[in-house]
Amino acid sequence: MTELSTATIPAVPPWADPEAQPFLRLDGVSKSFGGFEAVRGVSLDIYRGELFCLLGGSGCGKSTLLRMLAGFERPSAGRVLIDGEDQAGRAPHARPTNMMFQSYALFPHMSVEKNIAYGLKRDGLPRAEIATRVADILSLVQMTPFAKRKPDQLSGGQRQRVALARALVKRPKLLLLDEPLGALDRKLREETQFELKKIQAEVGITFVVVTHDQEEAMTLSSRIGVMNAGEIVQVGTPHEIYEHPHSRFVANFIGSVNCIEGRVTGREGALLRLACPDLGAEVTVESGFEAGAGERVALALRPEKIAMGRAARPGFENTVTGRIEEVAYMGNLTIFQVGLDSGARLRVTQSNTTRTDAEVPRIGETVQLQWSGAAGFVLAA
Amino acid sequence: MRQKFPVMTAIAVLGFVFLYAPILSLIVFSFNESRLVTVWSGFSLKWYGELFRDTQILEAAWLSLKIAGLSASLALVIGTLAAFALVRFGRFRGRMALGVMVSAPLVMPEVIVGLSLLLLFVSMEGLIGWPGGRGLLTITIAHATFGAAFVAVVIQSRLVTMEMDLEEAALDLGARPLRVFFDVTLPVIAPALVSGWLLAFTLSLDDLVIASFVSGPGASTLPMVIFSKVRLGVSPDVNALATLIIVIVSIAVTIAALHITRSNKHAAR
Repeated sequence: MTELSTATIPAVPPWADPEAQPFLRLDGVSKSFGGFEAVRGVSLDIYRGELFCLLGGSGCGKSTLLRMLAGFERPSAGRVLIDGEDQAGRAPHARPTNMMFQSYALFPHMSVEKNIAYGLKRDGLPRAEIATRVADILSLVQMTPFAKRKPDQLSGGQRQRVALARALVKRPKLLLLDEPLGALDRKLREETQFELKKIQAEVGITFVVVTHDQEEAMTLSSRIGVMNAGEIVQVGTPHEIYEHPHSRFVANFIGSVNCIEGRVTGREGALLRLACPDLGAEVTVESGFEAGAGERVALALRPEKIAMGRAARPGFENTVTGRIEEVAYMGNLTIFQVGLDSGARLRVTQSNTTRTDAEVPRIGETVQLQWSGAAGFVLAA
Repeated sequence: MRQKFPVMTAIAVLGFVFLYAPILSLIVFSFNESRLVTVWSGFSLKWYGELFRDTQILEAAWLSLKIAGLSASLALVIGTLAAFALVRFGRFRGRMALGVMVSAPLVMPEVIVGLSLLLLFVSMEGLIGWPGGRGLLTITIAHATFGAAFVAVVIQSRLVTMEMDLEEAALDLGARPLRVFFDVTLPVIAPALVSGWLLAFTLSLDDLVIASFVSGPGASTLPMVIFSKVRLGVSPDVNALATLIIVIVSIAVTIAALHITRSNKHAAR
């Protein structure tokens, strides 16, 4: 699985290259149903070979956006350009896209083979070519032994592969995937994530994936577009989205975060000083956040970036004291709820690096919480 | 483990007797020697022989089958189109009116349906000279009218549960809408089409009231013939005919049941 990292994205990613031409361009796309605006003015550039995830909760408009790309919904405003071509007025069957449905939508009365061949037959390809392409794609998704089966004779994971194969076999310019792993159980989902990535790298087709599962989005994507209430709130690589969220919504949606209210008291170079009454101390944080003294902001701290111990250790800019109120043991890590003197609570996670638990603080113990200036980030209040 | 409840067993037995006693007595008396339907005088097959010499009944049966087959097929087409329009076309002008009209024959008393159709046929004949006289054609049209209502209900409920995804997937793979209908929608709703057709067929075969209104001289369906015969006193060859029908229906139902169990097992594998 080493070829995973050498996906189709070059060393300088296209989204960082001002010369690069987007492959899919959404220009102010909106969609309203009756009076309800499901998608509001989405503008987005996606580049060739990307595996782009649209991530958001249910009802955030991500599926509607995907359906507009496929041609099932007509945008109320805005344009969709695929490879430079405006898709306005094009029916689904005339678009260079194919879609993998959340329900898989396999034709129940056709065998696996026939399902996959359906799209090629509609294109009027010669029979011999259809046969070879079906055989090729079946071996790519490792479903060759099941070619003659009907969909109801397959397991969920097998059906998922057939659905993927059926959408891929037409070699679309753009493959749209609606919750592609949503119907699989957890273990299978993890395996399939890697496989999906591998297949994408192999076929070199641009994927747009809709998902509500942040973990899935993090592992799959070249970039993520986080959606909320019909708008794209942030676009970035998984790393950017997790470490540099622009808003509380994004910070909370991806992973968990401690948000601590505070006021700017001053700046020393890259370090911003904040007074946080909840922490009972003044803290420093590295941030380029433009804020004058006295402005209300929030300090955001990921639980795993806080070091916890019975005694304070040197090398941290910030230290607060707290009492452990709750402990949740997760196996690979342990989650602590630590109460501060102010009554505020911080969530802290620790990796369980040993099998003994002698060193692990227990409920009721007083602990020192420490973090460096680079651990947190500042968000608008 | 299973407890026995004598009361429940008794109720079950009563229920079965209530359902099957009339049919059983009919079958038993079809083998009766006597002309009197209520007096048993010995076993005989003579009424079966009588039945097959009775050209009136045989002709009526053949006419009924023709009407049932034709009207069910006509009802299937009309009912499916109506159901498709109601379920898949979204909001359109006159949707409400169509919905009401499609289901009206389900709740309308047959006498009224029959009478209104008769009036229609008579006045049409007066105005445009069609249909010339009443018989097979008018009964078929009448039966198709209410058969379509039943078909529409059956197909509608199937279409509602059928995922739009399947049709959208076919569109997405390059099929035009009409192609999608024949490649995906029809095969998926095929079982509903079969049961809709069978329902319309049975209803047509069964109908006495509407047929009586819209039939003409020389076009008597089987129920009409049986009914007129019974009015003059029940003749045992009608019992024989009923027994034959019951046997045919039982065989058909058994085959259907076997087929369904087999395909369920197939699906469960």
